[in-house]
Amino acid sequence: MAVVARPLPDRAPELEITQTQADVTRDVVGTLGRASTGYLLLLGGAVGLFLVGLLTFLILVKDGLGHAGYNPPIFWAVFITTFVFWIGIGHAGTLISAILFLFRSPWRTAVYRSTEAMTVFAVMTAALFPIIHIGRQWVFYWLLPYPNQRWLWPNFKSPLLWDVFAISTYFTVSSVFLVFGLIPDVAAVRDKVTGWRRTVYTLASVGWQGTDNQWRHYTRAYLYLAALATPLVLSVHSVVSWDFAVSIVPAWHGTIFAPYFVAGAIYSGLGMVLTLIIPLRRALGIEQMITKYHFDNLAKLTLLTGSILFYSYSMEYFVAWYSGNTFEQTTFFRRPFGSMWWAGWTMIICNAFVSQLLWFRKIRTNLTALFVISIFINIGMWFERFVIIVSSLSNDYIPWAWSDMNPTWADWGILAGSFGWFGMWFLLFAKSFPIVAIQEIKEMIPMPRKRGGGGHH
Amino acid sequence: MARPKPTRRQPGVLASFIHVDAAVDAIRALRARGHRNLVVYTAFPNHEIEEALDQPVSMVRLFTLIGGLTGCAAGFGMTIWMSFDWPLLVGGKTMSSVPAYVAIAFELTVLLGALITVAAVACLTLLGQKRRVAYDPQFSDDRIGLFVPSGSDQLGPVEQLLRSAGAVEVRHEAA
Repeated sequence: MAVVARPLPDRAPELEITQTQADVTRDVVGTLGRASTGYLLLLGGAVGLFLVGLLTFLILVKDGLGHAGYNPPIFWAVFITTFVFWIGIGHAGTLISAILFLFRSPWRTAVYRSTEAMTVFAVMTAALFPIIHIGRQWVFYWLLPYPNQRWLWPNFKSPLLWDVFAISTYFTVSSVFLVFGLIPDVAAVRDKVTGWRRTVYTLASVGWQGTDNQWRHYTRAYLYLAALATPLVLSVHSVVSWDFAVSIVPAWHGTIFAPYFVAGAIYSGLGMVLTLIIPLRRALGIEQMITKYHFDNLAKLTLLTGSILFYSYSMEYFVAWYSGNTFEQTTFFRRPFGSMWWAGWTMIICNAFVSQLLWFRKIRTNLTALFVISIFINIGMWFERFVIIVSSLSNDYIPWAWSDMNPTWADWGILAGSFGWFGMWFLLFAKSFPIVAIQEIKEMIPMPRKRGGGGHH
Repeated sequence: MARPKPTRRQPGVLASFIHVDAAVDAIRALRARGHRNLVVYTAFPNHEIEEALDQPVSMVRLFTLIGGLTGCAAGFGMTIWMSFDWPLLVGGKTMSSVPAYVAIAFELTVLLGALITVAAVACLTLLGQKRRVAYDPQFSDDRIGLFVPSGSDQLGPVEQLLRSAGAVEVRHEAA
C-alpha cells in the first residue's frame, strides 16, 4: 500500500482556514500580475541599488581591489563578511521548508514558499562575493577541478575548496527544491490565467495535471529532497565556519564554530524572513493566510537560535579565559574594549540581548515590534561576521602588525548592490510565482464530504 | 473558462467530484468491476484516494539511493585520485587525507542524490503517463477528476455508476 509522504494536516485551532479550496486559488493567483505603484517603486529602488553595486564592481575589475578597505594584516574584510551574511540568510529558508517539513510542522505551510525563495536568492547573492573577493574575477573557474594544460588539481585539503562544493551544491539543491515545489502551483495558475501568460505558465508547469501517477512519484521525491536538504543546510554553514576554524588565527580556531555558525545563520535568516514577510503579506493581501500564529512561531524559533548564540558568545569568552592562551585572551579583550568596540557591542546587543525580548508573547505577536527586532537582527548578524572576521585578523600574533580596517566606498557600494540584487530577484519572484504554496494550503483545508463532516461548502 | 480542444483523445468517461468520499466510492466501485487504468486528478495529494487506488510505493527512492551512492563514490574517488595524480608531499603527511575529503564526498552525495531524484520523477511520470486523456482546468482548483477509459459499449453503465456515487459532472470523451 502506498504511504503518502506529506504532513498530516494538524487541527490546531490557529491553523483553521476559513477559505474554500477555490478561494485559495483565487487569492494566491490574485497576487500575481498587475503591479501597484508601491511595488514598482520598491523594484526601481532595488534595481537602482543593484546598479550602484554593478558600477562599483566594474571599477574594482578595472582598477583592482585596492579601492576596498583591505589593510594588512586584514585581507578578509567586508566582502567575506557579506558573503557569510548572505549565506546565513539562506539557512532559515531551508530550515522552514525542509527541516520543519520532516518534523511535520503544519504552520510552515503558509510561509515556506517565500522563505525558500529567499534562500535561493540569498545564496545567489552570497555566491557573488567570493568571486568579487578573489580579485581576478575572470579566472574564478580555477576553483573548480577541471583538466587544464598544467595538469594541476585544486587542493581538496583546503576548507576553501570544501566551500566551493558546499555553496554550489546548496545553490543547486535549494533551487531544485524551490522549482520542484512550484510545479503544481504553476499548473494551478496556468488553469486560471489567459493569453500569453497562459502560454508561459503552461511551459513552466512541464505538463503537470495532478494525476494520481504524478502525485505518487512527486510526494515521495519531495520527501527525499527534504531529507537531503536537511543535512545539507547544516553542513553548509559548518563548512563556512571551517573556513575560519581550520586556520590558527586567534578567535577562529575553535571547535564550537560549526554549531555556533549554524545557529547564527538560522537566526539571521529568521530575521530576514520577518523583515520580508511582514510588509509582504500586507502588500499582497494575504493576511488571512499568514497570521499572528505564524509570526509567534517564527519568533519562538528566533528566540531559540538567538539564545544558542547568546550561549555561544558566552562560551567563546569562557574558552578564551579558560584556555590560558594569551593571544586568544587578547583578541577577546579587544572585541568589546579595543579600537573596534562599537562593532563588538553592536553584535552582542543586537543578537544576544535583543533576541531575549521574544520571551514575551506580547512582543512575539506584535508585528511592529517584530519588524523592528528583525532589523536589529539583520544589522547585528552582519556585524557578528564583521567582528569575527575583521577584528580577529586585526590583532595578529605580532602586536607590531596590528591594524584597523575602515570600510571604503567600494565596500559600501558592493554591500548596497547586494541588497539591491537580492531585493530585485525577490520582488520579481513575488509577482511572477505563487508566494504562498497553493497546493499545501489546500491540503490543510478539510475536503468536503457528501456524508457530512469537513468542508465549507 | 476555455476548455482544451478535443484532439484524438482516448475514449472514456470524465467525471468531476466535489466530495472526496464520493470520488473514493466511485474508485472502489470501478475497481471492483474490473476497471483499471483509472486516472484521478487532484489539486493536492490525498490519502484516501491513494488508498483507494492501492498503488505500489513509488520507485523514486531507489534512484535517490543510487544517486547518493554515486555522488559519495565520485567525491572520494575524485579527491583521492587527484591527490595522487599531482603528488604534493608536505611534511611527510599522508598524500590523500580522507577525513578532509568527507566534506566534498558529502556535498556530492546530496547533489547527485537530489538531481537524480528529480530526473527520476521526470522519467517515471512520463513513463506512467496515459496519453491524450481528457483534463479539465477545474481539477487544479477544487474539483476531483476521474477519467475512466472505456469503449463505447461501456459508456452508459460507467456514467450510471459515477452519477450514483455522487459525481457532479460527467461527460463522454469520444475517440
